Amino acid sequence: MALPHVLECEKPLHELERKIQALESLTSNDADQSALDAARAEYAEALAHLYANLSPWDIVRVARHPKRPQTRDYIRLICKDFCELHGDRRFGDDPALITGFARIGSMRVMIVGHHKGADTNDKIACHFGCAHPEGYRKALAKMRLAEKFGLPIVTLVDTPGAFPGLGAEQRGQAEAIAVNMLEMSRMKTPIVSIVIGEGGSGGALGIAVADRVAMLEYAYYSVISPEGCAAILWKEANSETNSAAAKALKLTAKDNLELGIVDDVITEPVGGAHRDPAAMGRTLEQWITDRLRELNRFKPANLPARRYERFRKLGSYLEVEPTPEPSEDAAAPSPAPPAPETDATTPRAAQGNGAAARKPRTRSSEPAPAGN
Amino acid sequence: MATSKEQVQTTQAAGRTWMDVKSGGSNAIPEGLWLRCPQCGQMIYRKQMEANLHVCPECEHHFRISASERVRQLTDPESFEPMFTELRCADPLSFVDRKPYAARLVDEQRRTGEHEAIKAGRAFIKGRAAMLCCMDLTFMMGSMGSVVGETITRSIEAAIDQNLPLIIVSCSGGARMQESGLSLMQMAKTSAALARLDDAGGLFISVLTDPTTGGVTASFAMLGDVILAEPKALIGFAGPRVIKQTIRQDLPEGFQRSEFLQDAGLVDRVVHRRDMRSEVSRVIDYAGK
Repeated sequence: MALPHVLECEKPLHELERKIQALESLTSNDADQSALDAARAEYAEALAHLYANLSPWDIVRVARHPKRPQTRDYIRLICKDFCELHGDRRFGDDPALITGFARIGSMRVMIVGHHKGADTNDKIACHFGCAHPEGYRKALAKMRLAEKFGLPIVTLVDTPGAFPGLGAEQRGQAEAIAVNMLEMSRMKTPIVSIVIGEGGSGGALGIAVADRVAMLEYAYYSVISPEGCAAILWKEANSETNSAAAKALKLTAKDNLELGIVDDVITEPVGGAHRDPAAMGRTLEQWITDRLRELNRFKPANLPARRYERFRKLGSYLEVEPTPEPSEDAAAPSPAPPAPETDATTPRAAQGNGAAARKPRTRSSEPAPAGN
Repeated sequence: MATSKEQVQTTQAAGRTWMDVKSGGSNAIPEGLWLRCPQCGQMIYRKQMEANLHVCPECEHHFRISASERVRQLTDPESFEPMFTELRCADPLSFVDRKPYAARLVDEQRRTGEHEAIKAGRAFIKGRAAMLCCMDLTFMMGSMGSVVGETITRSIEAAIDQNLPLIIVSCSGGARMQESGLSLMQMAKTSAALARLDDAGGLFISVLTDPTTGGVTASFAMLGDVILAEPKALIGFAGPRVIKQTIRQDLPEGFQRSEFLQDAGLVDRVVHRRDMRSEVSRVIDYAGK
């Protein structure tokens, strides 16, 4: 029961665990048994309470938990058969991105997923889940294969970000990710994506332009890591600023659901996926089969248009009346308080009517009172 | 639109550049008649440099320029009609770091006199009609949030509807952190829109300028049918500092510069600023648009 890796937030639990272990080791008489039951009940309650109240920064750490199930674990748990396909036929085979045919229930699918690595050597080979351009190109090649044979695509996202390195830049990391997004948006086959752990920026999105996108309950999905954000905006990354950045970035599953970035949040077992991978696998399988069944009702040729609409509406902005611009003087280099007086107030106005402004999908044609 | 003419005058009158607004730091250019070129170290006469399209007359160093200056340099006089100027940032996350995003935006708007980090519109380039987007590095490092993403997407859609060639001049620090996930989604949105332009047989010329990094490079900037880059522009996915920290070794000379990308096969042509207008129109002609 004891985990070798103890999260900061789980320290109180760890003590309970040790107590339970101690009781277990001496058991046999009834008095001990009832004490053990009580300790176990206390533990279960504390665990549930803890995980119901995790801070965004704690969630990031759960998402990175070394025992958290990864793509290969889910493949083992969910797929009846897995026929791995290697290589991008151009440069090499990136172990940080796994692709292959698989059977889930009665369905044949193409699996594409980041892999961080199981042990130290594996982790180093996988660059801790940071894929190279050849990984993204392999993913695209195999997704095209799926499209050709009418197989739906299931992608599992779990990466801190695409690899930042010399070779990666030289071989076109940015181009590989960009092309994947472009091509995924027009693939004539169903695509579902699940962020199972870390959804790190472009490296995640490079395999996540899908018809349905979900996040596991304690996964995160963000434009930048909390540490990176803290280093830039707070000028230093320490536990305090990391925590503040994690909160500000609205990177949890719940936040992303509210922003319309993901369609579903998949509940994890009490205490996180790493405490019961089998149960997590079952829930995940259920979600995948449900969504694919739903998407199978559409003609493959019609899917790209729907997928486009899904992403097209993402973003939050206001539309003001095109004002006859008195901004000539504003454009002059002198920092005179410019015409944007109106615009300056607009975002505030938006904040004021909170609800309207926070609904991300609305293209609110805000009357912008100050503007008129 | 009644505003268009005024806007054109504005852009011409502005003449404001990156150097005028960036204060402090090693790259800062002192105000005044003379300035020191950061590349060759020569003292150069500001007016001469400006008349030379903001290129150092001694060493051909391309100074960073604002979107208005870029529009002025690329388009035929008086031909630029701004579009989508009604879009405003909404601070969807109520983001606060050491300073609230809303306040940061107001400051940037006040300082630059611009609403956002992009200018888009229809224009003529050597007599050829085109949709043009110019990112503005002077506004929050040209970062892409919802407004920039939406402006680019609408421009792509307009290019499809009106059968115009699309030109996007990129310069950006990447996706805007203050809109987190929504900024990230602009990458998918713009790329998906470019898939439609591609399906429609439209032409997209991507022009990369110093610096083009992060989420902008990893979306529309690298998706051009033809990709042109200004000399020695920094172009990359990850920033040089991050790469250096990750691989723990010094980066080679010229790494992530336009010429490096051309050698790596990622950029079609490195084009001097003075030739950009004619090269863009040349490509438009070859594509038969």
